[in-house]
Amino acid sequence: MGQLQNFTKGFVKENPVFVLLLGLCPALGVTTSAFNGLGMGLATTFVLVSSNIVVSLIKDLIPAKVRIPSFIVVIASFVTITQLVMEAYMPALFDSLGLFIPLIVVNCLVMGRAEAFASKNDTWSAIVDGLGMGLGFAFALTLLGGLREILGAGEFFGMTIFPGDGMLVFVLAPGAFIGLGYLVALNNIVKKKLEKTA
Amino acid sequence: MEYIIIIIGAVFVNNIVLAQFLGICPYLGVSAKVSTSVGMSGAVMFVMTLATLVTFLIFNYILIPLNIEYLQTISYILVVASLVQMVEIILKKVSPALYQALGIFLPLIVTNCAILGVTILAVREDFGFNLLESVVFAIGNALGFALTIVLFAGIREHLDLVDVPKGMRGAPAALVVAGILALAFMGFANLV
Repeated sequence: MGQLQNFTKGFVKENPVFVLLLGLCPALGVTTSAFNGLGMGLATTFVLVSSNIVVSLIKDLIPAKVRIPSFIVVIASFVTITQLVMEAYMPALFDSLGLFIPLIVVNCLVMGRAEAFASKNDTWSAIVDGLGMGLGFAFALTLLGGLREILGAGEFFGMTIFPGDGMLVFVLAPGAFIGLGYLVALNNIVKKKLEKTA
Repeated sequence: MEYIIIIIGAVFVNNIVLAQFLGICPYLGVSAKVSTSVGMSGAVMFVMTLATLVTFLIFNYILIPLNIEYLQTISYILVVASLVQMVEIILKKVSPALYQALGIFLPLIVTNCAILGVTILAVREDFGFNLLESVVFAIGNALGFALTIVLFAGIREHLDLVDVPKGMRGAPAALVVAGILALAFMGFANLV
């Protein structure tokens, strides 16, 4: 597989949220606005790329039996770094993402890529894979956040699109599930179209 | 009375799955049948209560005195992971029947963000829980998880028989159903 394919697979074909259904908790929990979705997506991308780099570098050093706990410690360290940096420089975003920042540790996406990809490939491919998957995740979160923000509040990245009150339910919990449901369905259709033309 | 309020709050008002979006992976993953969802709920309740008990003690008696609260994430995930491992070994030895019932769900629980989420929430300053209250909080959240996943599994069993549009089959339809359940649970808002 070429590096370009390795990078782009995360957007539609193997999109972590829409196709693999990984990392759904933050995908539903923080996407009340496009900005929050993007912030969470980028934070996860940082952790994913960093942990992919470290895991691919140390893959020959750790015995197979203790690899999962070792990966968890690597991931948790990067999550703690993200947490401290965000608290210091982006306190507003830190507050709105709240509990979901420490929970990047248990995002199956990060662990899944470390186990399934970084532990078997060279560092360069691992970086590309982490970037592609992470940005695919950020793309999905921004899309869902944007959808909920437009329908729920009539705004997009804080800019007013429709004046007046939106459908409040889309900003609240049920809107997250329903919005994601329709986006997954949409992605299924797009994927089928792409497969037909290819 | 206070404990009852904590439990009602955790089960209905701030339901862990439908209002706080924790534990969505097992919620969608093992809810195809009612029987598996019951098994999963049992395993979650067991580990969540135990993990909250242990992490509460670690946080208050090790991390705070040593002034290393920033190690919370790392130490918690290690505690949860090793606890699951230990529970698995002990159960296998002591109660093979229970191990049979919960066995396959236990490893899945390590990456269940509901566990880590509840252990972190239980020591939040604005709640100010003591040890007993945080354990009750964990039990309440586990009950909330059990209630929603069993309800959801019941609905999904019927969903298999329904003629769903092609693109919506599987995950999308399940998500919309979860959304409608969440809508129903919003009726409990402001209950306590």
